[in-house]
Amino acid sequence: MNKLIYPLLMLMLSLQVQAASLTIEITQGAEGALPIAVVPFAWRGDAGSPPAHEIGAIVGADLLRSGRFKPLPESQMLSKPSRGEEVDFRDWRAVNVENLVIGEVSPNGPGGYLVKFYLYDVFRGEQITGYSMPTTAADLRATAHHIADIVYETLTGQPGAFATRIAYVESLRSGSGKEIKERVVLRIADADGYGPQTIVSSDEPLMSPAWSPDGRKIAYVSFENAQPSIWVQEVFTGKREKLTSFKGINGAPAWSPDGRYLALTLSKDGNPDIFVMDIARRSLRKLTRHGAIDTEPSWSPDGRTLVFTSDRGGKPQIYRVPVAGGDVERVTFEGDYNARASYSPNGRLLTMVTSVGGAYRIATLDLVTRDYRVLSTGRLDESPSFAPNGSMIIYATRVNDKGVLAAVSTDGRVQQRLRLQEGDVREPVWSPHQQFQRSR
Amino acid sequence: MKINSLAWSAIAIAALLLVGCSGVGMRADGEGATIEDRGTSGAVTSGANAGGAWTGNPLDDPNSLLSTKTIYFEFDQSTIRSEFVDVLRAHAAYLNSNGSASVRIEGHADERGSREYNIGLGERRANAVKSFLEAEGVSSSQLNTISYGEERPASLGHDEISWAENRRAVLVY
Repeated sequence: MNKLIYPLLMLMLSLQVQAASLTIEITQGAEGALPIAVVPFAWRGDAGSPPAHEIGAIVGADLLRSGRFKPLPESQMLSKPSRGEEVDFRDWRAVNVENLVIGEVSPNGPGGYLVKFYLYDVFRGEQITGYSMPTTAADLRATAHHIADIVYETLTGQPGAFATRIAYVESLRSGSGKEIKERVVLRIADADGYGPQTIVSSDEPLMSPAWSPDGRKIAYVSFENAQPSIWVQEVFTGKREKLTSFKGINGAPAWSPDGRYLALTLSKDGNPDIFVMDIARRSLRKLTRHGAIDTEPSWSPDGRTLVFTSDRGGKPQIYRVPVAGGDVERVTFEGDYNARASYSPNGRLLTMVTSVGGAYRIATLDLVTRDYRVLSTGRLDESPSFAPNGSMIIYATRVNDKGVLAAVSTDGRVQQRLRLQEGDVREPVWSPHQQFQRSR
Repeated sequence: MKINSLAWSAIAIAALLLVGCSGVGMRADGEGATIEDRGTSGAVTSGANAGGAWTGNPLDDPNSLLSTKTIYFEFDQSTIRSEFVDVLRAHAAYLNSNGSASVRIEGHADERGSREYNIGLGERRANAVKSFLEAEGVSSSQLNTISYGEERPASLGHDEISWAENRRAVLVY
């Protein structure tokens, strides 16, 4: 009896988790991706509970998603080693794999695990790196993402962005006809879409989530009590504080790179202008003064410049202004609509929403070469946000009348879609690099 | 252009029919968005009062211009269109003769483009209505504005007709 019930329970649990999370489809693959094999990690416990997640599968999916790697399907593996002495490099040269990841998971005290992994260069026949990582049941997925980050950085020379998170706004509609009810939620999920958690839920609109540079706080706009206000909420405790609630617009919060200031849009003086708030002192400085709509400020990584959207030239375009004050300068001249710009982590690129023949798409502008590229192919794409390593841009798009999240590699070669089962998803923002604290 | 004006009259008619029944648009109590399905709501109540003396609140009299509480805008524009001038004048007259009455003007945008820019656009539309009413003598203390941008669409479609229905300002008494 027990033997029968247990697998059934496991199946039901895994189905529930599936229904609540995002799934990823690669819609356009990359040529020239690096062939790699990630062998399923072996379980070394004779007693106790085996881990709920298979580390190798998570690592492989992460590497695939980056577009830089082409993991070998498990069915094509000639052997499945989990320790160095079990590796026969001929098995991997035969299937043209250049790098190999193997590992094992063993029990490590109550609720704990020890994860070991090794990365090999198949053609030289030697180990490149290897780590032993203690973890817990709750942190297993995070550990897998850290392993993917280590593999990615070792082989590409750039830091990975797998052990990060995304925040997004989701609209849940229920009922029909005149009785449609809308609930708006602000959610946080792992960067692979797994494990969404609601941090704010409201009957009124929620907008414009923005991570603090340390990833511990999120600023957002809430229309609760029929008045837009900017709130700052601690991600882990849920504690929150109202920062502004002036007459008119309180919108588009953006943290300075040092986390001390918040750029925002206020229309308290009559029309929307960009302000900078010293968060500790709650003091405001007005940075733009123009009768047009000035909004959507975003900081340069050195903290010296803000780009923003303005229609002072007739149509929305991107402008920049020194944070210390000074002349406003127009940045974009391509097309008749450019909005919601943000800098790449190295400050070289801007990503923004642009209009192409009546469609709204995601574009990048190289601030040095002026190279301008449209990266997405949707009709109503919006809210682009760079991964903290600059390798990908996440954005919102519509598929079959439903808002979903999509990501594109910054070079435009790999497109993928993160499909959510429930409501309409929008306004994704990628968290900064950091070690996340987890509930135990 | 031809198609546009045709589509527009269809919307205008739909809107007029809808304002005949009470409770169209957003709820005033701030308890969440009740989104109307304009396609299925019939104008059931309008015939009963035809020609008769209206005894209820003049704001709900289906034969009065005051029953029109939503006005529409062109794409990326906040200019009051000529067909809504009489409606807004009727509201100005009502507010001028009812000094204790106040109205919240909600500005909205269609879903195209970025969300915070659309908040700016919605505010511009609400302010255009406010300025019009002030020019007609209404005291600014009777007028409040809020912009919802594209966050509270009246129509959930993703086409020109839905967008036209969503580019609007709504008077909420």
